[in-house]
Amino acid sequence: MSDTVATAEPGYAAARERPPAGLVGPWAWARANLFSSWWSTAITLVLVYVILRALVGFVEWAFVNAIWSVPYNAQGRPDTAVCQNAKGIGACWAIIGDKYRLILFGRYPYEEQWRPAICVLLFIGLYVVSAMRRFWRKELALIWIATLAVIGVLMWGGVFGLQEVPEDYWGGLPITLILATFGLAFAFPLSVLVALGRRSKLPAIKLLCVLYVELIRGVPLISVLFMASVMFPLFMPAGVNVDKLLRAQIAFILFAGAYLAEVVRGGLQALPKGQSEAADAMGLTYWQKTGLIILPQALRLVIPPLVNTFIGFFKDTSLVLIIGLFDLLTMGKVALSDPPWQSFSTEVYVVLAIIYICFCFAMSKYSRGLEQDLNRARRR
Amino acid sequence: MSQAAFADAPVPHRIDTNAPPAIVLDKVNKWYGTMHVLRDVSMTVAQQERVVVCGPSGSGKSTMIRCINRLETHQEGRILVDGTELTDDLRALDTIRREVGMVFQSFNLFPHLTILENCTLAPIWVRKMPKAEAEELAMSYLTRVKIPDQAKKYPGQLSGGQQQRVAIARALCMKPKIMLFDEPTSALDPEMIKEVLDTMIGLAESGMTMVCVTHEMGFARQVADRVVFMDRGEIVESGTPQRMFEDPQTDRLKLFLSQILRGH
Ligand SMILES: Nc1ncnc2c1ncn2[C@@H]1O[C@H](COP(=O)(O)OP(=O)(O)O)[C@@H](O)[C@H]1O
Ligand SMILES: [Mg+2]
Repeated sequence: MSDTVATAEPGYAAARERPPAGLVGPWAWARANLFSSWWSTAITLVLVYVILRALVGFVEWAFVNAIWSVPYNAQGRPDTAVCQNAKGIGACWAIIGDKYRLILFGRYPYEEQWRPAICVLLFIGLYVVSAMRRFWRKELALIWIATLAVIGVLMWGGVFGLQEVPEDYWGGLPITLILATFGLAFAFPLSVLVALGRRSKLPAIKLLCVLYVELIRGVPLISVLFMASVMFPLFMPAGVNVDKLLRAQIAFILFAGAYLAEVVRGGLQALPKGQSEAADAMGLTYWQKTGLIILPQALRLVIPPLVNTFIGFFKDTSLVLIIGLFDLLTMGKVALSDPPWQSFSTEVYVVLAIIYICFCFAMSKYSRGLEQDLNRARRR
Repeated sequence: MSQAAFADAPVPHRIDTNAPPAIVLDKVNKWYGTMHVLRDVSMTVAQQERVVVCGPSGSGKSTMIRCINRLETHQEGRILVDGTELTDDLRALDTIRREVGMVFQSFNLFPHLTILENCTLAPIWVRKMPKAEAEELAMSYLTRVKIPDQAKKYPGQLSGGQQQRVAIARALCMKPKIMLFDEPTSALDPEMIKEVLDTMIGLAESGMTMVCVTHEMGFARQVADRVVFMDRGEIVESGTPQRMFEDPQTDRLKLFLSQILRGH
């Protein structure tokens, strides 16, 4: 590198333009950060050793010594003796091969599982399309409605010659995605309204919003879910039967709404008062001002905490297991209750973790890109 | 410095005294909690009149000017803008905000919108103007404030002086009858003050009714029909710029002028 500088622009000017060689590059970085003293050198070496050992150990367990399949007996039951022998030395991925459909789709009728599979793909497609700014127009709402309608038809069936599948048989990834997607899709607009309401000049609206946020935030999600599943039916008139999934969904929306409202309110508060005054002075109505000036700026400011909350709630969908819904994580547990596989929980949880990480990492990565994208225009 | 820059002859103009007044403040009182910030403020601004309001910081100038388009509400007295009284009636408020443009000390451009979008927003949403027409109008005003080539940029990419000129163009796009300025040059670096004042002088020449809070004495001399001096929430003295600056009657104005001149 130093010679390219020298040929391009020799002498004093070149020396001034770049830091002297030896202060840049990976070696210089390592020397400055990892080996700056005998003490830090020692820590670096110990850490490198520990990390390498862990890595080698994992690779040996997950790949080198792993068992990928097991023999089945005449009754179709797996014989997991090989796995039992390899326990602690190698992973038993055979359990995943045996149980992945149960984990992903729950007790949904086996021959019909192509339907939830398509639904999962539709959900992912919906996320991808919604993520592209190119599609951010009114038509997107129609795409959502249409896709969700198709998902509903596929899951329930009962029309177009599809076998009817009641919700009690749903489970696995579709349940997780349904709860997360509907939950956040409804909770987010709700939270915006509540955040605006908390700053309302009308005392009644303000009080209502404050009460809602404080009450919901004051109790654990689990108890909200319990209330929704146990107490809520008591308040309903006789004969009205709101099903369990819908009740959990509503509880989830209310809960996420309260948290998101506080995040949104943070963004509203961060906006200088002048923005609102300028909009007022121009004669914009409250909703015009809010929709065109306040929210676009406020939401942009809170993308990181907003996505943080989204990710948190995506994972919190797993709490529905306590009211007897079978989401992805719960299905993992169910799969493990099968006697031959009982001792292979690590393998199942590793796979579940990878699935959760894929979704959460995608959200996080996307939000960072979006933030940069939106802020590019308004750099100072 | 700015005084020297504007030592030109006053801008010729004619106040229409026969027409009903543009703005009437009649014994306006306002409190923030227990703090009395406007005390019996009475003032009449004729059509096409140019009024400069000055006074020490905290004397209630901003509060008064903000009461005129009801960014603040007054508690006693009456305010009439173009014959319409300012009350809690939303329709009256709507009418008045369409007719009164305001320029702020801190520009308050919308940072997430381009310069052009900043200017077309209100015409499109409040005046229901077709987009193409609004853009044409915006471009004509941006040309008038001499920044048509920045239309596609964002406010953050412009200098303070340019931003304030955009703010003026943005207000003008609503075709207001009255323009309010609250210390439009106070947040600017000295070298940018002139470009904004020049824009305002141009506006004055076109016959716009203006109420302007500013300490730019050169501007006041050149443009104002009347200077109003406020102190501690009251209008203490008012008169032509010449009379006010050369022959102040009250001690408070004398003190204020001596401080202003020392400051410059
Ligand atoms: N929102 C507010 N709440 C309480 N007091 C205020 C508020 N705005 C202004 N004041 C007070 O009212 C007085 C007049 O303020 P202002 O009109 O901004 O003065 P000026 O513009 O002449 O500097 C000041 O004492 C100021 O502290
Ligand atoms: Mg002020």
